[in-house]
Amino acid sequence: MITMSVPRFWRKQVARYNLIGTHCTNCKTYYYPPRNMCPKCRRDGKLENFKFSGKGEILTYTVIHTAAEGFEKQTPYVLGIVKLEEGPSLTSQIVADPEDMKIGMKVRPVFRKLGESSEKGMIYYGTKFVPE
Amino acid sequence: MRDVAIIGVKTTRFGENWDVSLRDTITEAGVGALEDARVTGEEIDAIIVGNMSGGQFIEQEHIGALIADYAGLAKELHVPATRVEAACASGGLALRQGIHAVASGLEDIVVAAGVEKMTDISSTSASTALAAAADREWEGIMGATFPGLYAMIARLHMHKYGTTSEQLAQVAVKNHANGVHNPIAQYRNKISVEDVLRSIMVADPLHIFDCSPITDGASAVILAPADIAHKYTDTPIYVKATSQASDTIALHDRKDITTLAASVEAGKRAFKMAKLTPNDIDLVEVHDCFTIAEICAIEDLGFVKKGEGGKFTEEGNTAIGGKIPVNTSGGLKACGHPVGATGIKQAVEIVEQLRGDAGKRQVDGAEIGMTHNVGGSGATAVVHIFSRDR
Amino acid sequence: MSAGIVSYGAYVPRYRIKVDEIARVWGDDANSLKSGLMVHEKSVPDFDEDTATIAVEAARYAVKRSGINAQRIGAVYTGSESHPYAVKPTSTIVAEAVEATPVMTAADYEFACKAGTAAIQTCMGLVQSGMIDLGLAIGADVAQGAPGDALEYTAAAGGVAFIIGSKETEFLAVIEDTYSFTTDTPDFWRREGMPYPEHGGRFTGEPGYFKHVTHAAKGLMAKMGTKPGDYDYAVFHQPNGKFPSRAASILGFTKEQIKPGLVVPKLGNTYSGSCMMGIAATLDQAKPGDRIFATAFGSGAGGDAFSFTVTDKIEEIRNKAPTVMELLADPIYVDYATYAKHKGKIRLA
Repeated sequence: MITMSVPRFWRKQVARYNLIGTHCTNCKTYYYPPRNMCPKCRRDGKLENFKFSGKGEILTYTVIHTAAEGFEKQTPYVLGIVKLEEGPSLTSQIVADPEDMKIGMKVRPVFRKLGESSEKGMIYYGTKFVPE
Repeated sequence: MRDVAIIGVKTTRFGENWDVSLRDTITEAGVGALEDARVTGEEIDAIIVGNMSGGQFIEQEHIGALIADYAGLAKELHVPATRVEAACASGGLALRQGIHAVASGLEDIVVAAGVEKMTDISSTSASTALAAAADREWEGIMGATFPGLYAMIARLHMHKYGTTSEQLAQVAVKNHANGVHNPIAQYRNKISVEDVLRSIMVADPLHIFDCSPITDGASAVILAPADIAHKYTDTPIYVKATSQASDTIALHDRKDITTLAASVEAGKRAFKMAKLTPNDIDLVEVHDCFTIAEICAIEDLGFVKKGEGGKFTEEGNTAIGGKIPVNTSGGLKACGHPVGATGIKQAVEIVEQLRGDAGKRQVDGAEIGMTHNVGGSGATAVVHIFSRDR
Repeated sequence: MSAGIVSYGAYVPRYRIKVDEIARVWGDDANSLKSGLMVHEKSVPDFDEDTATIAVEAARYAVKRSGINAQRIGAVYTGSESHPYAVKPTSTIVAEAVEATPVMTAADYEFACKAGTAAIQTCMGLVQSGMIDLGLAIGADVAQGAPGDALEYTAAAGGVAFIIGSKETEFLAVIEDTYSFTTDTPDFWRREGMPYPEHGGRFTGEPGYFKHVTHAAKGLMAKMGTKPGDYDYAVFHQPNGKFPSRAASILGFTKEQIKPGLVVPKLGNTYSGSCMMGIAATLDQAKPGDRIFATAFGSGAGGDAFSFTVTDKIEEIRNKAPTVMELLADPIYVDYATYAKHKGKIRLA
């Protein structure tokens, strides 16, 4: 099971729920997932929280038939790299029929269960994407 | 800085070695390499071992000390032993650290080894352990698997460059053909393009035969200053370059998904250090954890233009006897991929080739060989160049 | 001070299963079920949807429709009988996901199918007392029916969120009054730790649904001095199509009055979302000045009656979020095996 302890997940929970990343006011670059240091400006960077619009497009994708542990029930599922309109890219499940997937297709965010640590454990919620 | 030579090598049988433990297999590799180099235990200054995840695979950390102990080098001789880790590039990194130690003059005889024992847990758990080489917080939690990440590279490579599933399959076909002639290979059977395309889909467009297997095994080389190498062997193989480069841990943060920029950079650094170009290389062992990875590797290292790796492979240029033989050992695909051992095994294959000891898979007149070892989806790349001449 | 609906948002998962398909598996007569229940298909959650995700989607649409600053929300109450955690609020997940946290209060409600309207009433009290500025009241469920049980033909997934406020200029509908009728009537329950609810069969009808719906409805009209003819629309809890139709007829409402809000034939029973979904569907097409009468029912048992008057604001914001009809359009039909997989009825471990 791809699991995380409660504090490890909770720490970035709001970023996952609401696509909150960071923006460097020095070089004007946007980051999601959030970063503590601007990789371009490094110590000269000035990062602040930024909420992404969620509009994006599929950069590439796969249809997973042999699931990661904990995702067995979901096969086949679509995993994609979504390029957000502000610039950064992220990895997400795409809630779509594999047949409908295309590189370049527009997607929007939805709130879904990412998984759970066990039947009695914590439920992970966060953002996935669906075709526009 | 001193020149460094490899004076002894040994790779154990790769495969599902149910009757062998981690400590058994690494001892076999280490002893084999020492015997090959005719080095005594008392001469060993240090052991560096690459191991991705004893913690996850056998719930054993402190692998360095364990190995020194079971090799009989701890209790009386107290030989220092260090484990290094860079996921699937752990072996290449161990070699690089060993070269640093000898080149610096701090140590003379160093054992650089790699080991992984992967079949003591279920294949599902092993896949989960391997997925830790990607970004667990932003890839793994979303359901990403390693085949899934490389499948996304493959999908975009196909989209941008017209690479085909048949071309990917040809990588596996060629590596299996090479594996037939490698006595330590996990798979020693030929396969066809149809076999690959008919095999079950793991992560579209990658079939199970596009993927390297889960493997147990160990490999070791003995490093020595070039100046004293002839004391131990008539055929020392000289290290002409060692290089390493990093990239983002997550695939989604790369500048170009279809380029492993760490491979590009490590390749450039190695060629610069060796004062060589891709044209000078007689054969290369690249990190074909998936078929697409070999296509990307030969492009990223400069053997073929970006986007042309599939066609280049399909035309037979990477087979033994082709323009640039790639993965004569059978690669990760056919020889097997005990993750921590792979980087060392690649060096052992090149040493055997440059010595002229590679039997039916021998590349005629091989003088200069290269290895390319990747960690994760490309966050670490380690490249080495070896030569028969100093 | 008065209370009103400032916004609303609904959410229905994309998947549906037809009554015919469920009947096929259990060897039941689909045609008699469909005419008896007046339900033809029901919504099915995706495997990664639960009450929390549905509540979040509905709440986000509510925030989007009105364009309010979510920081003004001082309370979040989510009513459901399928909260993902037995202990740990769904409402905190919703509050975080709509960015209403942290200066606010929250709790989860359970009162079978009327926990969502109980949340509305709570928010009314809080906004009218001045304790909070805006309240978010949600009814959402991924309702469970045991395989083969009669409930399986109707137990559906969906949710509705209402933002309740006290500033009249913000109202899209004024809540003129509310009235509840409650007794201890064990017509339907689910014991702690049990996966599926139990019910009293026909006992859920007269002593349960009809008694509480009619008493609450009559009570509110008596209190307000209104009669069915004063209303343009009426909505009653819809566990199936038959019960609300009969309740309307008993009370003197016409088929035309309940038609816009009767969404159960194509949706099924969304439990805590059921009556609220009917109200939402009615608001989707109501005109300024229209009056809406609604009565929710929750087993156990109680009825919550409401009287609304729609304001001019409705025209301005109605189309800023999907309507119930839009949410019901373009479904993906699944077979029983896929439905069982989505609902976790197939256990892998």
